[in-house]
Amino acid sequence: MSAHSLSLGRILRFAILTLGALIFLAPYIFMISTAGKAQSEIFSSSLTLIPEQWSYVENFTKALSRVSMLTLLLNGVIVCAMIFVVQVVVAIPCAYAMAKLKFRAARLMMVLVMLGLLVPIHATALPLYVAFDRLAVLNSYTALVAPFSISVFAIFLFLQFFRALPDDLIQAARLDGMSEIGIVARVVVPNAWPAITAFAIFSVVAHWNDLFWPLVVVSNQDYATPPLGLLFFRAAEAGDDYGALMAATLIITLPLVAAFLIAQKRFVEGITMTGLKG
Amino acid sequence: MASIAMDMPIVAADRREARIAWLLAAPAITLLFLFILLPTLAVIVLGFTDFELGYGGFRFVGFENYAELIGDRTFRRSLWNTAVYTAIVTPVSMVLALAIALLIEAETRAKAFFRTVYFLPVASLLVAMATVWQFLFHPTIGPINTFLAEFGIAGPNWLGASGTVLYGLSIIGIWQSVGFNMVLFLAGLTAIPRELYAAAEVDGARSWLDRFRLVTWPMLGPTTLFVTTISIINSVKVFETVKTLTEGGPNKASEVLLFTIYQEGFVYLRVGYASAMTVFFLAILVVLMFLQYRVLDRKVHYA
Amino acid sequence: MSILALRNIAKCFGGNAILKGVSLEAEEGEFIALVGPSGCGKSTLLRIMAGLDHADGGEIVISGREVSSVAAADRNVAMVFQSYALYPHLTAGQNVAVPLAMRRLTAVQRFPFIGNLLPGQRQIRADIQRQVKEMAAALKIDHLLDRKPGQMSGGQRQRVALARAMVRHPSVFLMDEPLSNLDANLRVHARGEIVELHRRAGVPTLYVTHDQSEALSMADRVAVMIGGTLLQLAPPQEIYDDPAHIDVARFLGQPRINVVETRMDASGVVRFGALTLAVENSAPRDAAVMLGVRPEFVRLNGNPNGTLKARVERTEFLGSEVIVHTRLDAIGEAIVAKVTPVEASVLSDGMPVSVEIEPDRAMLFAMTGERLQARTVAVAPTLEKAHG
Repeated sequence: MSAHSLSLGRILRFAILTLGALIFLAPYIFMISTAGKAQSEIFSSSLTLIPEQWSYVENFTKALSRVSMLTLLLNGVIVCAMIFVVQVVVAIPCAYAMAKLKFRAARLMMVLVMLGLLVPIHATALPLYVAFDRLAVLNSYTALVAPFSISVFAIFLFLQFFRALPDDLIQAARLDGMSEIGIVARVVVPNAWPAITAFAIFSVVAHWNDLFWPLVVVSNQDYATPPLGLLFFRAAEAGDDYGALMAATLIITLPLVAAFLIAQKRFVEGITMTGLKG
Repeated sequence: MASIAMDMPIVAADRREARIAWLLAAPAITLLFLFILLPTLAVIVLGFTDFELGYGGFRFVGFENYAELIGDRTFRRSLWNTAVYTAIVTPVSMVLALAIALLIEAETRAKAFFRTVYFLPVASLLVAMATVWQFLFHPTIGPINTFLAEFGIAGPNWLGASGTVLYGLSIIGIWQSVGFNMVLFLAGLTAIPRELYAAAEVDGARSWLDRFRLVTWPMLGPTTLFVTTISIINSVKVFETVKTLTEGGPNKASEVLLFTIYQEGFVYLRVGYASAMTVFFLAILVVLMFLQYRVLDRKVHYA
Repeated sequence: MSILALRNIAKCFGGNAILKGVSLEAEEGEFIALVGPSGCGKSTLLRIMAGLDHADGGEIVISGREVSSVAAADRNVAMVFQSYALYPHLTAGQNVAVPLAMRRLTAVQRFPFIGNLLPGQRQIRADIQRQVKEMAAALKIDHLLDRKPGQMSGGQRQRVALARAMVRHPSVFLMDEPLSNLDANLRVHARGEIVELHRRAGVPTLYVTHDQSEALSMADRVAVMIGGTLLQLAPPQEIYDDPAHIDVARFLGQPRINVVETRMDASGVVRFGALTLAVENSAPRDAAVMLGVRPEFVRLNGNPNGTLKARVERTEFLGSEVIVHTRLDAIGEAIVAKVTPVEASVLSDGMPVSVEIEPDRAMLFAMTGERLQARTVAVAPTLEKAHG
């Protein structure tokens, strides 16, 4: 009796989850399907998913010829990598000093960090834009990277992680004759990998997807990041060539989605960890 | 004498440690001032000026910008739209996320598969996926209206009509944020001690609903509070979909806060006026955070 | 009539048999301690009794009712968990009231806000409050009723958990290592209290623990479980003095019982040192057997001409007693003796000694572990010498 109702409940649960999954996947399914359809077929507005006439090559050629997708992706990689490296290099020593050294300003720093967590790029964009304009650094990697060189969130996250590291470990390293920089590089960082990977995922997802700041400082296609490039592509593509548009979105979405699918456990852990700490 | 002699090297060592600490923190402190504190102060100051980019000088105008804001119909519209968007996206995405998290948690097989599927939108480029949604929402050739037509329902011009555009954007917003909320809820659910459920069963909580009310819901309190705050903040920050799909249209029906700030500041270059709006935006974030940290925090943490 | 009976309970987890047909009966008002090493299946057995896990086979009878397919909520068993499992968002008073409210109020009456408006519930709620107060007074936790678990000490939480379990007068009381999260001093104190509470309430209690001194000191009967099998169920003294299985003998007692392998001859007689034991079971003769003797029944003396020669390896001074580790010269087996400090004072490391075993205290076990009943055959020492 109870076993029967149990299995019925399970079937229902499974059905709901599957239906929901289909709805959530629908945009991807249609993206892949439409990217292979010819203009005429798209406008026949049928729900068939398999293209009658495979036009993938045609659509992808169009997508690749209008805007240099390669440049976009490369810019995305360069900008995200630079941001991440600088953030970590700046944040780790600071978090270490706050967590493990006799540092008078640690409390004040903590207040600043908490304040900083409140302020998104949207709030500081105007003065930064004016300043970058004066310094004539708009349309450059510098402009794209500089405001994110400091991540208070990284400091916050690493601080919590470092506090959990045993003091004995640091003391032992000191007795072994390591300098403080040496301790950071050879003791703290190797032990902080979970936090660093989690932050890497958080940082890359955030900056790969960010449209606002690139839109503000970049008007030149050469420095466009993927989201901005897609915006340019849409503008160039007077609207309704959905085949080419879907091909372009497919190319641009693929790298991060592929990375996610390969390392999905890490991704979810990373987002959960950074999400809950923030 | 002896004690002074003992103390001296310790004081010196402390000083050395403090010096190293400053050295290690110096880059972070400098950048923090340069890119966060200074610009934040600047935006507050600029809010009291009539500064416009391209013109050399500016003057302080007191609260003139704020007075103008109150009468600005676009800004009011934009605030209202942001509020409506937030009021739809936050509760719906949270309820869906919690429901999915509970279903996934209860399911033994294919857990990872479902988690991956629902989380996929979080890892996808929003601007790109918004473009896909635009196609899905297309009034004539879009799959959604084609699907509705199969049942004889004439679908609306989702993103093209002022009556439906906010709902269309909300659907995209929900689709995009459910996965994020879900993984947070999943983490919250796994953190609930199994023994509490056992205790609830022995204590007489027969049905799933009884156990949910006695254990799950109260134990999820901190997670729920956190997800609420972060969902509201993310909804208030809606920008990508609006910029990509509607540019605030049609007829300002999808003007939202960040888009209005962007238009004023970076398109019309009225930096002073846009700064005043930004201060307003910042104030909303501060109030939300304050609510989380102070008022509600006490009620949901039990330690 | 037994108030609780388990018959042939079996449970598998992923192909591993956790419980291999366990049967057990508890009488009215009895306190049974279920003891065994971790992983022996004792907690699983408890969870099956509570209805939190389902057995793959067997019967559970509580107060004459077969309850295998009855939900935990309807079995009227109470349980105290190792972590206490108090609801952290509820005060102590509210925690204690939960089992009453769950049973006495309907789902609608318990619904927030609306429930408070329904007729009849006011009387029930007042009644519940009264019972909670009574229980709190009995356990001396009146002053804690408005505190949340987070604001209480371990000992206080443990009392609240007890109150929550006892408040609804269950027909069976289950406890899963309820003292293991307390510090050593408090634990000994709490033992006495639980026994006292049990006596007053008179509810049959099953108490799971891995701590043998807890089991021996608290229980009316001790059940020793090892590897998913209940090896013996007997009063503490009996189970200690007269274990039915080598594993029971090994599990109980500190330091562990001495076991040496020896042989039983074709006539069923075992000779070891000065001991001669005649096996009374119908066990196969002319086979290897195990001889066990607890350290307190081993005597050591400095006479180098005894029948069992050994050498002192190491002594451990424990205050009131001394543990002496020796090794037999002949077969190289270790023998541990528990002696008084006075007796130990003449011993030193490396010293040759002779080992004597109190004849009535030696036990024989078959190689499969079962106890072999044996009787000491009196042999005149002179005769022995003449033959030797």
